[in-house]
Amino acid sequence: MISIENISKRYGDFQVLTDCTTHVAKGEVVVVCGPSGSGKSTLIKCVNGLEPVQQGRIRVEDVEVTAKGTNLTKLRARIGMVFQHFELYPHMSVRENLCLGQQKVLGRSRDEANAKAEALIGRVGLLPHIEKFPGQLSGGQQQRVAISRALAMDPIAMLFDEPTSALDPEMINEVLDVMVELAQDGMTMMVVTHEMGFARKVADRVVFMDAGKVVEDRTTEEFFGNPESERAQDFLSKILNH
Amino acid sequence: MGDFDLSVIWNNLPFLWQGLQLSLWLTLLAVIGGIILGTGLALMRLSGILPLALAAAGYVNLIRSVPLILVIFWFYFLVPLALGRPIGGFYSALIAFVMFEAAYYSEIIRAGIQSVRKGQVHAGQATGLSYWQIQRYVVLPQAFRNMIPILVTQGIILFQDTSLVFVVSLRDFMTASSIVARTEGRLAEMYIFAALVYFTICFAGSLFVRRLQKARTA
Repeated sequence: MISIENISKRYGDFQVLTDCTTHVAKGEVVVVCGPSGSGKSTLIKCVNGLEPVQQGRIRVEDVEVTAKGTNLTKLRARIGMVFQHFELYPHMSVRENLCLGQQKVLGRSRDEANAKAEALIGRVGLLPHIEKFPGQLSGGQQQRVAISRALAMDPIAMLFDEPTSALDPEMINEVLDVMVELAQDGMTMMVVTHEMGFARKVADRVVFMDAGKVVEDRTTEEFFGNPESERAQDFLSKILNH
Repeated sequence: MGDFDLSVIWNNLPFLWQGLQLSLWLTLLAVIGGIILGTGLALMRLSGILPLALAAAGYVNLIRSVPLILVIFWFYFLVPLALGRPIGGFYSALIAFVMFEAAYYSEIIRAGIQSVRKGQVHAGQATGLSYWQIQRYVVLPQAFRNMIPILVTQGIILFQDTSLVFVVSLRDFMTASSIVARTEGRLAEMYIFAALVYFTICFAGSLFVRRLQKARTA
């Protein structure tokens, strides 16, 4: 469903991505990991065109993301995205956060949007908080709202950019639980994360990146059982052995 | 100062009040117009569309490089020429203030827009909102919330600047006070009174700004 082929990207003289290739099939969960600065967040932001690329090709279903003249706005409405710092709209209530895109982009009526918002917020256990503002919620609650906001658009795939990295440790699981459930429901997901427990549990494949390159792209079992590259072995030993 | 006579104020109160009303109206309308036009200019500068950005930047730099009094003169003499009929001192002064303030407001608003985290724009984009929808629903509401204290401060400065309209024969509060001072021969009383009125209004405005800032940081 998502195919990334030989993409490269520079910021001025700095090469962020070099010849990266990977694919995500429908219903697949792919975890992207690697040391910080390896380009994994940039890679995922290229998928919905938030970051332009200089070379290579990205397709999502039948849409050429990297082609000139592609209606990116239309594409983005179909791909959900969750950010490290939640990026809920602070001046809107939880309900309004979930309704904005539904009404303004999908043209749903207020009642339809509200019904959807309530159903989704109920699913993540936050219905009592629906009239609150993001600033009144904990980080874990905010991220669950952010996931619901993305789901309100009925996306065909979800992108997660380090969804638990900004959270206090005790709040990580409440967010991961929501993501696990989503994965088990068959959502196509691309997840940048350091949560290797999550990767083991639900990922079909793991993409390991270092210095802007895809170093490994293998099934989860292979990656954890027998990482090929020294860099991946090194990374795993650092992240798992403590 | 032996014959300091405050009754001159009381006797001319309706006349002075008319002047003050004109000053306040001019301030209010110019603030509203300036913010609307200034928002447009700020969006043009940040649009990434080169001709728009250059046009807005040129306008802002031009206006900010000339004295306000000159802009007031310009519009007093130029607008009637352009329209082919006189529009009166009030409207020409109002247009001048709006055009002038828009240049200053646009810089404030531009900074305000840039103060909104880039992630907020990304979130809007990721939802499929268009550029203008993101500005309208996500960026500008947050930007204005951050900017309110500075916008009010600029409004206070504008209120003081309205005293310049005497050059196009408008009777604002300052002009009215001058007229009373000269016709009644009570210069000291009237100019002290005028200063007190300006001080009271502007100081109240500053206190209001301070309260807004406190409310924001609380």
